[in-house]
Amino acid sequence: MSTVLSASELTKRFGSFTAVDGISFKVDKGECFGFLGPNGAGKTTTMRMITNHLPVTEGSLSVLGMQVMANARKVKARIGVVPQENNLDTDLKVLDNLLIYSRYHGIPKKEARHRAMELLEFFQLADHAKSPIPQLSGGMQRRLLIARALINEPELLILDEPTTGLDPQARHVIWQKLRQLQSQGVTLILTTHYMDEAQQLCDRLVILDHGHILIEGSPSDLIRKHAGSEVIEIRLREDEDKESCLDAIGGVIPEGTEVECSADTLYLYSSDVSSVLANLTAESDRTVLHRKATLEDVFLRFTGRDLRE
Amino acid sequence: MSGRVTEIEIGKETGHYGPRQPVMTPKRESVLLNLSWRAFTVWYRDIKVWTKFYKASILGNLGEPLLYLLAMGWGLGRMVGTVDGIPYIEFLAPGLICSASMYAATFECTFGSFTRMTRQNTFDAILATPVSLEDIVAGEILWGATKGFLSGTAMLLVMSLFGLVKSYWAVLTLGLAFLIGLLFASLSMIVTARAAAYDFFSYYFTLAIAPMFLFSGIFFPVTNLPDWAQTFAWFLPLTHGVNISRALFSGDLSLKLLVDLMWLVVFFSVLFVIALRGIRKRMVL
Repeated sequence: MSTVLSASELTKRFGSFTAVDGISFKVDKGECFGFLGPNGAGKTTTMRMITNHLPVTEGSLSVLGMQVMANARKVKARIGVVPQENNLDTDLKVLDNLLIYSRYHGIPKKEARHRAMELLEFFQLADHAKSPIPQLSGGMQRRLLIARALINEPELLILDEPTTGLDPQARHVIWQKLRQLQSQGVTLILTTHYMDEAQQLCDRLVILDHGHILIEGSPSDLIRKHAGSEVIEIRLREDEDKESCLDAIGGVIPEGTEVECSADTLYLYSSDVSSVLANLTAESDRTVLHRKATLEDVFLRFTGRDLRE
Repeated sequence: MSGRVTEIEIGKETGHYGPRQPVMTPKRESVLLNLSWRAFTVWYRDIKVWTKFYKASILGNLGEPLLYLLAMGWGLGRMVGTVDGIPYIEFLAPGLICSASMYAATFECTFGSFTRMTRQNTFDAILATPVSLEDIVAGEILWGATKGFLSGTAMLLVMSLFGLVKSYWAVLTLGLAFLIGLLFASLSMIVTARAAAYDFFSYYFTLAIAPMFLFSGIFFPVTNLPDWAQTFAWFLPLTHGVNISRALFSGDLSLKLLVDLMWLVVFFSVLFVIALRGIRKRMVL
């Protein structure tokens, strides 16, 4: 399988602040690669280096076999960019947004119109070709952003938080379209802080925090390796801490169980949950939740449970 | 390291993140190398948008200079009589073509470009395509100049209807209006590159554009001013535009006008490069 993108010791500094700190990763052709991370982790900065919006401070970043920035025009001709912030041209109507954008790409007029109509059809926007942008719903605007990014038939599509702020229906439509694109051979790179989105779409992902890659792998591997198969959540009572709670439930925690405590909840990660459950002396008024491990468990274990602003 | 990376300057403030760190290779390549025909696609985009509101836009650009022409030409003209042997309103007309172009280009590349750069994020969207930042800025300046040209054209038409145009040479003021547009569009982009908010432009209009309008010889000959003020006026680009325009209107041409023309061309070229650098410094951190 060929490599579409490779970054090595990629670093971005803004003055004395290091936003991305020497990360290395590779993306293969045809896969969906995700960047998961809390706010301020460096996801968008990384995307903007890939899209040639920001120069690289140190390290190397090669997209489609070319170093970015030095080959900015050539790289940008072959990638599609869906930005986090909606930057549709509000001075133009829906179809004109695509047609004018195709001019920036130097696509001949007739071909541009053909592609634009096809994309509007694909993204269920054909009825709105003549609508002004502000009249579109959030989900439609996001679909149009993706359509616009596809006007140059890119080999690589970069999506920065493609479904943030959308309702569940709109998110599912976008996921479906993205999977369709992937099956057509488009390589996808996306950032998200939605675990379900990462689990739905990504073949492989990295968790990024404070400009570092913490872990890398497929969602299912990461869950198996770092959160086990199942999790028990035990809600703490007021004025109870981790130790007193463990005492209170009288459980003997088996070897190999990892215990984590956040504000008001105790998390037990174990490969042998049934024996943990058996050991829990049930207290009728205590909230105990037994559930499957998710990517969110992995995420929170690695990035901590502190609030990010 | 790749070409563009080397453009970061040592020790410059970014404005957001504190002082910049030194970068490995502080070589700087010319921003002009990033220019291409794609600038015209940005220019086309602006025209396409303008055609939707062109009536209001033309009226807006035409309105003010026309009011000056009528109020000053008729009202003040009655008291002034003639200047340099011609009726005051005819003295006034050529200069007002220049100022109409100046204002049109200035509004476009301050409020217009600033909105597209910041609030609408249009620059950012275009930057995701093979169009370079320099193409975008050049396209915007080209569009600003086009609006200057359009305003100049509208003014010239109205003036010829009023019978104020005495020489066929006056047609060349349209080219002049475009050149003045280029110059003020570039100057405005430099201001836009440094603007933190819309309020910033009121300083520019009050401190630069208004003196330009009043002291570049549109309303009275620059020779009426004291010597030091005449020197000051010589450094105002509009003064040279007005010189040329007045000569074209009267048909009284001389080689001295080439100096004025050179002045405008050189000044525009310098401003253009500074504008490209300014926007790059602002947008590319």
